[in-house]
Amino acid sequence: MATHLSAAQARPKHKRVLPGLGLSLGTSLLFISLIMLLPMTGLIMQSVDMGWDEYWYVITNERVVASYKVTLWAAFFASIFNGLFGLLLAWVLVRYEFPGRRVLDALVDLPFALPTAVAGITLATLYSQNGWYGDLLASLGIKVAYTPVGIILAMAFTSIPFVVRTVQPVLEELSPEEEEAGMTLGASDWAVFRRVIFPALWPALMTGIALSFTRSLGEFGAVIFIAGNMPYVSEITSLMIFVSLQEFDFPAASAIASVVLMASLVLLFAINVWQARYLRRLHGR
Amino acid sequence: MSILIDNISKHFGSFQALSPLSLDINEGEMIGLLGPSGSGKTTLLRIIAGLEGADSGRIQFGDRDVTNLHVRDRRVGFVFQNYALFRHMTVADNVAFGLEVLPKSKRPDAATIRKRVMHLLDMVQLGHLAQRFPSQLSGGQKQRIALARALATQPEVLLLDEPFGALDAKVRKELRRWLRGLHDELGFTSVFVTHDQEEALELSDRVVVMSNGHIEQIDQPGDLYASPNSRFVFDFLGNANVFDAQFSHGKWQNDVASLQLPNEAPKTAGQIYLRSHEFHVSSVATEQAFLPLKVVAINLIGAEVRLELTPIDWRSDNIWEVDLPHKAFDKHCFEKGQTVFVTPKAGYFFANGQKTPQPVYW
Repeated sequence: MATHLSAAQARPKHKRVLPGLGLSLGTSLLFISLIMLLPMTGLIMQSVDMGWDEYWYVITNERVVASYKVTLWAAFFASIFNGLFGLLLAWVLVRYEFPGRRVLDALVDLPFALPTAVAGITLATLYSQNGWYGDLLASLGIKVAYTPVGIILAMAFTSIPFVVRTVQPVLEELSPEEEEAGMTLGASDWAVFRRVIFPALWPALMTGIALSFTRSLGEFGAVIFIAGNMPYVSEITSLMIFVSLQEFDFPAASAIASVVLMASLVLLFAINVWQARYLRRLHGR
Repeated sequence: MSILIDNISKHFGSFQALSPLSLDINEGEMIGLLGPSGSGKTTLLRIIAGLEGADSGRIQFGDRDVTNLHVRDRRVGFVFQNYALFRHMTVADNVAFGLEVLPKSKRPDAATIRKRVMHLLDMVQLGHLAQRFPSQLSGGQKQRIALARALATQPEVLLLDEPFGALDAKVRKELRRWLRGLHDELGFTSVFVTHDQEEALELSDRVVVMSNGHIEQIDQPGDLYASPNSRFVFDFLGNANVFDAQFSHGKWQNDVASLQLPNEAPKTAGQIYLRSHEFHVSSVATEQAFLPLKVVAINLIGAEVRLELTPIDWRSDNIWEVDLPHKAFDKHCFEKGQTVFVTPKAGYFFANGQKTPQPVYW
């Protein structure tokens, strides 16, 4: 073993920009541990105290389960909406030249920069019954603020950049020749989009939607101001965590949080695996 | 199918990509559009395909006026420079694409499509790669798949944009021969774009030489080589050495250098274009020519030896290149730095202000 090593070390090593695998991987892992794994462990430790039965009781509490449903459905619709609208927005930003394109491009990131509570208050004001939009919509008999629709709206607002920013670079890289090739082969515009453009965008779009979905699952600030927070109707899971915290019931809060965490992790992992497979085919590895 | 191009022009902003030009292409012909980059050859090809709209003029395929027809309705096969294969589809799906998107009433059933695709893949000798993805293919294989895909819908016109540009010399040669064979066998009309004069001369029935959005000359390869009709065509087709001559004392002169006039040559000033292989080289001057040059480089290029020469005490804008057979080179054993004298055997004389040349022989 020892001779083996020294022989390998004697050879000139391949030069890399980052210093060695050992150091760079070690540093990355340390940071991941400090800023992600450690807090997560704390979370789990909190709920471990309570024992399985109690844990199960807390996370299957009727009101909490209702909040799962509200959150999941709202996040689902919000991310689907973002998938459609974000794709459109990315398309417009990449494919067309128009005055104000840079401004629009910068505005896309606004939901990330804005404190979510500010977004929530703004949305609530606009959509409440005497707000600008709310007034208009009320005359049509549509109520947004303080209903699940408001939750979807807030979630969509805070997570739209995920879709735009994941789709945009892929769209920019897409060669116009592939579209032209489709057209010279007689395909209609729709066929070119469906068979040539969309399959290339699909992995990025799915990732964007999944990120948007998981972000929506955890959204708190923007949602609570507009949701109305009626038990069983418009209470989201992060609010349930918050409520438990206010009651100083830390284990219960951690238990519910762990459910959200697991759901997000499983989804992101699944998307990653799926995308890796899809891309492997594209890049021929 | 014959193609008629009538007075086609095209601007991009203030840039005139194509000045009005006309071109007749016969059925079953293979036409090479040859020119430097920016000469408008690709624009012309894209206009024929319908990928680009012309500002003025008319295009006809056979008796069909296609000027205002969308690219998808022109029924042309188009092979892109970078192949533009669909990355997420297998090779077989790529080739099947043109058939799959046919309207339902015209689309063959799945089994027929599969058979057609296999037939096409066998034709390009890549049947065994049907289930691969484009990223797993070499450049030459991609090129052939792109061609099979373009031919799947049995177009009568095949357009190729720099078809062999990105391939290495050996594959390029092989594919060229193979494309020519395919063209002769299937009888479609082909137009291809290239900046490689060798490719254009070898492959085409007629070569269209373009520069700055104009057609400079249209001719069969042999005629084009034998009688280039302008300085540009001469420059572009092979290495021309230019002797910028004043006429005095019954000779063409340039400082100390001088050339005897052949009998039929006009007694005026002008430029004499001399091809690199039409020289005698020796270490002493001859009565016919006094062209002293210094050897600056000696390159072995296959069957010939190329001398790079700079003028001694006379002017020329370019380095002169003279090709010698190995035998002649071995006899003299020229060395770098040595002074040599070249004697032209034939050339083309462009009198000052004249656009077309007159061949001269000594």
